[in-house]
This record gives sequence, C-alpha cells and structure tokens, in this order.
Amino acid sequence: MTDTQATLAELLIAACADVWRDDPEWLATGITPIPRLGASLAKLTFNPRLMITDAENMFLETPAPIGPRDSTPTAEGWAPYARTFDNLWGGRRHALVAPVQIDRFGQTNISVIGDHAAPKAALLGARGFPGNSISHPNSYFVPQHSKRALVAGEVDFVCSVGYNPARWPDGRKPHRLELRRIVTNLCVMDFGGPDHAIRLVSLHPGVGLDEVRDNTGFEVLTEGEVPETALPDAEALAIIRRLDPHDIRATLLKGNPSAVRAA
Amino acid sequence: MIDKRMSVDAIVDQLRDGMTIAIGGWATRRKPMALVRAIARSDLKDLTVIAYGGPDVGMLAACGKLRRVIFAFVSMDQIPIEPHFKAARQAGLDVWEMDEGMLHWGLRAAAMHLPFLPTRVGIGTAIAEDPRFKTITSPYGDGETLIAMPAIKPDVALLHVHRSDEKGNVLTLSPDPFFDELMARAADKTFVTAEQIVSTAQLDLPANARYHLVERPLIAGVAEAPFGAHPTSAAPDYQLDLAHLRSYAAAEGEAWDAYRDRYVAVDAPSYLAAVGGADALRAIAVPIY
Repeated sequence: MTDTQATLAELLIAACADVWRDDPEWLATGITPIPRLGASLAKLTFNPRLMITDAENMFLETPAPIGPRDSTPTAEGWAPYARTFDNLWGGRRHALVAPVQIDRFGQTNISVIGDHAAPKAALLGARGFPGNSISHPNSYFVPQHSKRALVAGEVDFVCSVGYNPARWPDGRKPHRLELRRIVTNLCVMDFGGPDHAIRLVSLHPGVGLDEVRDNTGFEVLTEGEVPETALPDAEALAIIRRLDPHDIRATLLKGNPSAVRAA
Repeated sequence: MIDKRMSVDAIVDQLRDGMTIAIGGWATRRKPMALVRAIARSDLKDLTVIAYGGPDVGMLAACGKLRRVIFAFVSMDQIPIEPHFKAARQAGLDVWEMDEGMLHWGLRAAAMHLPFLPTRVGIGTAIAEDPRFKTITSPYGDGETLIAMPAIKPDVALLHVHRSDEKGNVLTLSPDPFFDELMARAADKTFVTAEQIVSTAQLDLPANARYHLVERPLIAGVAEAPFGAHPTSAAPDYQLDLAHLRSYAAAEGEAWDAYRDRYVAVDAPSYLAAVGGADALRAIAVPIY
C-alpha cells in the first residue's frame, strides 16, 4: 500500500497521534476509536514515553488492538477512577476527546442541546470535562466538521473551559488551561492566533479553505500559505492495521473516503 | 451475634418517599440492579438519586420513581446515551449536574462530615453558574477563587458487593472500587446486596484486605442476591450482559411495558430464568473496550 491509498480515517488517526508528539511521560487519553488509535500510534512510533490505558482500569505496557482479540495485553499499572482523578488533577495527562459542540473560545459541550433546564436533546452529561479542562492539556476531535459542531456564539452548555475571560473568576486564566489542537475531517486547527484565537494549521489533501470557512460557525484565522496535512507513512499505516485488525476504522466515516480527495 | 441478613424486599421496605439515595457502581459496572428492580416494583416515589449513572438511573426514570438526579453522566458506555434517562430528562426530570470529580468531592465532604471541600473543578464552566455552588477565596497568599463543593449527603446508600459475611464485612472484588466507600461513609445508612454471603473466615482476610470496602458498623443490612448486578457486571464473578443492555435500551415507549413485565415485575428466580440462567450469565465473555 502506498501513502496515497490511505483512507481519511487513517489520515485522521495519524493527525490525532501528532497531538502527543512532544508530550512528556504522562497519560495519553483518546476517547472514541480514531483518537484512541491515534494515542496508540503515537506511543508505538514517535513517543514511547506515553502511558495508555485499556479504556477501563489498567495501564498497558503496549497499546491493545481495538475490537475482538485473542490475547490479553500486559498491564503495567492500575488506573481505577479515583486514581484517574488524582492523576489528572496533578496535570499528567493530555486528552483528545470528541465533544458534540466547540465554540470559538475552545469551550465544549457534551451535556445538552438547547436549554439546560428544558433540553431539546439530553446527551451524556458533563462527565469529567470541567476538571480535565483546568487540569491538563486538551485537544478535540470533530469527525463531521459543520456549523452544528463548530458553533457560532457559545456552546449550548459550557462543559469545558476555553479562552473566554468573561467566564474566568476574577478574569484570571484558570490554573492549567491549555488547549492544543482541533482535528476534524477537513483540517487541523490550533489556538495559536491572537488571544488564543483558533487558527488553521493544515488542510487535509484536496480540502479548500472556503469549505472550512463555510462549515465553521466562527472565524478561522490563517497565516500565509496553509500546508497540507501529512499523509500517514507506510510504517504508520502498518501499525494502524495492526492496532485495528478488524478494520473498524473503515466504518467510522461515511463512505470510508480516501485521504486524498478526488479532484 | 450480629446478623444483618435481610431480603432485598426488606431493604426496600426501609426506604421512604422523597429519600435521597446514592447508588454505587459506575455506568455498567457493579450496579445493585436487583435492588433497583425491587424499588421499581415498589410504591416508592419522589426519590433523589445520586449516581455515576447507568441503567440504574434509566430504569428508575422509566418507572417514574425519580424527582431529581444528582449526576455527572448517565451512560451505558457501549450505548453512550441512556435512552430512558434521556427521555425523562427531556420530559422535565429535575437534575443537578456536575463534573465526575465534583461528585467525588461532594461525597468525600459528606464522608468527612465537612460542609464543603474546595476544588478548581467546575471553574469557568456553565456548571459553576448553578446557584447551589458557591465560591470561596483561598485564605492563603494565592487568593485563588475556588468552588466550595458542598457535601452531597445521601439518606441511604445502596451498593452491590461480591462477598459479605452476616455481620456486614464486605468485599468488592472487581478491579475498580469506584466511589462506593465514600457513599457508605456519606450516607446515614448503607444496605448492600452480595453475590454470596459467606463465613467470616471465607472472606479470606488478610489476603483480600485490599478488597475490604468499609468498616462493618457502616453496613446496616445485607441481602444475598446472586447476579444482583445483572445486566451490569460484577467482574470477576460475571461480566456485563451487553445483549441484554441493548434490549433494555431498545425498550422505549410502548415497548417498555413488555420489558417491565418480563424483567422488572418478576421475582429473582423468574428474572434469572428470563435472562438465560446462571450458566449463560457466567459464560459471558470479558468485554473489550
């Protein structure tokens, strides 16, 4: 398989992996399959320092493949929820999670759509998002880049803190607030603009700037020529295939498109 | 001789309308579902439930038992949205929502008999706008504004454990104890169901010391309820029954009545038969996440 035959899901796994590229020895948490495969890929390629869990309560020596498997992975540590909180409050984690809504401040929502007191749709609840957001770096994954996900104004219910001083007590930036990247099915963004404004880092092959702007509820800054998101190399693709032997990744994006859009 | 053994229904008889009840476990793990089903069958109403919620909250919501839920999530993991909770929430069920760690801290404050514990968790979010949360300024040099997480105090905690003796010495053998200990310390009274009631010697302490949940004076009563966590897991004794959870989740609207008739409005032997019997439940494979 050559690079150009990579699927978009595989490109996204590699783009997710990249958020942990320079991280120190700490926990890499990827929630939902593409971010999770990204964390595993990062550990197995450029950042072996990372800790990975079995998505339940054990740290694993080596990332486990997703889906049915014959062997039991070797655990290297214990991660019950009480310790997970202690660890994350200590800041030793970088999470890549998939919120339902993100706004221009990087505030996210997984609680409700509509009014919290009378929701149009009740979702999960805030889970650990508030604590994560003031304790350690966070990145976000958006599998369907749209104005419903990347919203105008504020998210319907602010579950995680963003760069919105109006919500900070005394106007002081919360403790360890640090938002790193947003990976979507169209592009990669970061918070590198003025006052942490959201900025385009790269466009996936064949995606135009207008398509990103037309599908984003807030302004996305650009600086100069925007590069193309790197395709996963042969080594990364081989590892991805090993981490996902049942090709679950082929079912995650509608139509399982190629990483490179047909012209 | 202390003997705290009682039946599941006798535990439910100890509960009253309007009580605040903490339910142990987490999402699809070690939920005291035999007790939840017994509450669902009872005349109890207007309950406030504190939980790291799963089908416990959904089932009580579907059976109209809830006045309020104090929660950070209600989810069945592989089935992320709990449909019965979602329906109740959208129909106006009152909630007090917070972060998972805030709930942990609220239970810990109650367990420590403190009015609050300070935390940064919640700062800067919509949760902090809830007037039930007050802030406090650190009295030390940093002067930081923190949330004074109030004690979350249940009247009763309901837990499912693996082993208990007659005196209420209990073991939770699963790899994660969750926050059951704090619930027991926070509540006025704690009742447990146990997979097996065994002799004190059979608890095999001190070898099992790390699984010993809490001191026995905190346990008011214990009922033997084999498979009492089903369809959630009580690993290592048995795993979560995802097929059953899917049928439970699919039982929305009019289909709920059929589910309730078959699985809720029945006694323990009928329930076990309806879900396939003991051998089938023991044979369910370890889930892969």
